[in-house]
Amino acid sequence: MKLDIRNSKPAQFAILLVVFFILCLAIGPGESNYLWRLPPLFKELPTVINDSIQFVMYDWWPIQVYDPDIEDFEEKALFSEITRSISSAFLFVITLIREIFLGGTKTIVAFTGWDFIDKNPWAEWPALPWTVIAGWAIVLGYKLQGKGLALLAALSTGYIGIFGQWEPSMQTLSFVLIAAPVSVAFGLALGIWGYKNHWVEAALNPLLNIAQTMPHYSYLVPVIVLFGVGDQAAAIATIFFATPPMVRLTMLGLKNISPDIVDAGMMNGCNRAQLLFRVQIPTARRDILIGVNQVVMQCLAMTVIASFIGAQGLGSNLMIALNSLKIGSGLEIGLCIVLIAVLLDKLSLAWANKQTDYFADLGFVKRHQYWLICGAILIAGILFAYFGGLIFDEDFNYLYIVPHNKGITTAPFWQAAVDWIWDTFFFMLKDFNEFLIVSILVPMKEAYLAMPVAATFLLVMGTAYILAGIRSALIVCGFLLFIAFSEYWDRALITAYMTTFSVIVASVVGITVGSLCAQNSTASKVVLLLCDFFQTFPSFIYLIPVIMLFGITDTSVIIAAVVYALVPAIRYTVEGLRNVPAVLHDAGSMMGVSRFQRWISIELPLAFPHIMLGVNQTVVFALFMVIIGAFIGTTDLGQLILKAISDPRGTGIGIILGLCVAFIGLAADQILRTWANERKKALGVA
Amino acid sequence: MISKKFSRALLATAVGALFAVSGVANAADSNKPIKIPIKNWSSQIVMAHVIGGMFESMGNKVEYVPVDNQASFEAVRTGDLTILHEVWQSTMQNAYYNAMEKGGLIDAGTHEAATLEEMGVPNWVIDKGLCPGLPKWEALKDCSAAFATPDSGGKGRWLEGPQSWHGDVMPNRVKGLGLDDKWVVKFAGAADALWAELKSAEKEGRGTIIFNWSPNFTDASGFTFIEFPPYFDGCRIADGGSMETTGCGSPPGWLKKGANYKFPKTHPKAYAAFSKLSFTTPQIGQMAALVDVDGLTHADAGKKWLADNEDAWKPWTVSVLGAGN
Repeated sequence: MKLDIRNSKPAQFAILLVVFFILCLAIGPGESNYLWRLPPLFKELPTVINDSIQFVMYDWWPIQVYDPDIEDFEEKALFSEITRSISSAFLFVITLIREIFLGGTKTIVAFTGWDFIDKNPWAEWPALPWTVIAGWAIVLGYKLQGKGLALLAALSTGYIGIFGQWEPSMQTLSFVLIAAPVSVAFGLALGIWGYKNHWVEAALNPLLNIAQTMPHYSYLVPVIVLFGVGDQAAAIATIFFATPPMVRLTMLGLKNISPDIVDAGMMNGCNRAQLLFRVQIPTARRDILIGVNQVVMQCLAMTVIASFIGAQGLGSNLMIALNSLKIGSGLEIGLCIVLIAVLLDKLSLAWANKQTDYFADLGFVKRHQYWLICGAILIAGILFAYFGGLIFDEDFNYLYIVPHNKGITTAPFWQAAVDWIWDTFFFMLKDFNEFLIVSILVPMKEAYLAMPVAATFLLVMGTAYILAGIRSALIVCGFLLFIAFSEYWDRALITAYMTTFSVIVASVVGITVGSLCAQNSTASKVVLLLCDFFQTFPSFIYLIPVIMLFGITDTSVIIAAVVYALVPAIRYTVEGLRNVPAVLHDAGSMMGVSRFQRWISIELPLAFPHIMLGVNQTVVFALFMVIIGAFIGTTDLGQLILKAISDPRGTGIGIILGLCVAFIGLAADQILRTWANERKKALGVA
Repeated sequence: MISKKFSRALLATAVGALFAVSGVANAADSNKPIKIPIKNWSSQIVMAHVIGGMFESMGNKVEYVPVDNQASFEAVRTGDLTILHEVWQSTMQNAYYNAMEKGGLIDAGTHEAATLEEMGVPNWVIDKGLCPGLPKWEALKDCSAAFATPDSGGKGRWLEGPQSWHGDVMPNRVKGLGLDDKWVVKFAGAADALWAELKSAEKEGRGTIIFNWSPNFTDASGFTFIEFPPYFDGCRIADGGSMETTGCGSPPGWLKKGANYKFPKTHPKAYAAFSKLSFTTPQIGQMAALVDVDGLTHADAGKKWLADNEDAWKPWTVSVLGAGN
């Protein structure tokens, strides 16, 4: 049989690998050997970026600003005055919401001034009793969906209130309640613009790619420089992080609308705005709602990182607890974050899915019954709080606000669970850890570092060419060149080694688990719920137990990355397999295939493109955690990003390193996405 | 008592406002809040509440802002935070002096507390005889095998804090002392990684040598710092030293304070008290212990410390406000 190389991918791969190994053997290490390592041409780039940002922020277009505090004029740069006024607007709204929940004086101060407060000590906005907010959440849940959601609201607010996390939770909530709607609105607007204008879409795509793959703490320093430290800066960083999925899903949803529907709208005489808001957006609702769900998840996933730049609330308490190894209280706080995420997500979905009943003709009481109930709850809550004040000691009025860390605590329980795991598995895992490091990880790392740059380019571009065509190969080449010309190539190789290993493990485990769960609809639901949980559960919490079990080693980093990267691997596998039409299952059964044969020959090939998108996300998630692994202790790009925070040129270095990470992710994305799309076309499921 | 204090504060602000209007330099503190950073270790947070409580007793308003340690220096420089009250020499001086050089951060004096930031071992490592001859550094020449980990390639692992703290001081020191064929430096990612390592090493009974400091909560369970050749100015390579001198140990460290440059102008009295303020090592230890040992919340610990130690801190405010306050 004659082998047709043109059409046989395995044969092409074989040739590629042979050439790759020949290059590896032929090119020896050498300082001036450009086939071994490219010269760091972009070495000065961080300084240039840094100096330009400094110039724009501090020197460009100086204006005289009067500072009443020091009674003098100060020279300030116009640009920083602009960014600072944006941040004070944000801060005002966040403070307003926070003070509605928790009380305070700052909103009043914003309208009057600190002098007014000093003269009028009564002018303090009182906090709402937690029972009132909990009651409102329950009513809202009931109104939007029914008993189920009301129960969820009761359980979540009850847990948060009774277990003494009320204050930090409301602080976190107040900044999420700004970040999430702004992200949604912003994402929707950009998405619509991108849908209407091809140029905008072309410009948006690479920006979104970078925003989604750039590690978030690489832009913390620029955010501090531009917007200061505090909740406003945290909210703005969160918006950067949470908007991209919304933009993407809006564009996707609008594009998928059948032209017939638009025609129908036009025939009914819609003008452009009506067409957009009454026809297109409602039709694209499913995708847009997934976007809203992602925004909520991302916002809460950011709470911990946000505390690095001044966000008050659960994130900062979590870091404090973890720093003294109080894993039990860390878990309790983590649970609060997840509960808030789930509740907000379900409430927003229910709200968006609520149909307006245009034909109802109801009386005043019936129409406004929920407002009336809420009013009643407010009054009842205030009365409760008042009587509570008579019963409890002044500081501890549990019916008004449960003071932080003075509720009942579940921490000892969680701590005991963690200790038990530690005691039971420590020595078993130690042997496994030693084997993994000595026999697999160290050799793998050395192999990566021993690759000449020419061979790496050949391997990656060759793979891109075989799987995704010449265009992808060139794009990938561009990404790699940027990294190769920076001085961080070796670091990037270490990042790549840990990411590759994590992706392989996560994909194999994820696709297996996903396939097993997809056989049963209850199991599918449960596993998707678990995926939601791990996506919002702050990863910092399991970093510590992982370090205690596996030490400050690459194993710890990889295990954390695998846990996190399993989320998309499982999710996409389950979705892909569940979406294989039942008719095809039946057709298979009629042909007499066994269940296993059906999985191998029918379900997997059909779900393959979707699973590949899952693997694509797995790469992004794994990369993200490998970079976070810098908090455990790594020697890759992440370590330098962490170090950049205290470096005088940190702004520029952080951005360049962030781009290097983003480009690794985007190179993988380019190959996998194009490949998946081609497979889709070939299968006729696109 | 309260009403007296209040009317006095009212008077002070009224007078302040009057001065402000008439354009005379105002001697009273601005009534805008003083922003105090909350970082992620106990003594720092309790001290934040102690200092905040002291400012409040002087009639000022305070606000606590959670922030990452490394990010806080930039924030004080730009005025988003007002003060820094716990700047450790060895691990934070780079960030501190960088911010000062860029402008906006001023030196607000030094605490009395002597700090030590150095490599060391938990006491049980010595008790078990894993490295006979400690705390003299020469002992490290012969015991590296007991400190090896799977990824250290047979050498002993020298666990240093994050690279952002010191840069390459430790790799240079290991080389300078001629220990580099026996020891390899590994950078941990964060302080909590160091504590997790202590805990798991104890469980396993294996040797561990980590970067640590005192006062710290590890003092309670016993920790011994290694004695390296004495430090002198310029011994480190980064400060102009050579390979022969860079083996020097850490300097007896200072614990500094810093402030935004506007603080003395906006809150002259609070600034005066803050610059006088100086805690000793045992005081800092007490603050941390109220949380780590007694299990109080940070805010309560701050209040309790203020109530129990009026003798210590009242003089600072009295010297500024005059007696009777």
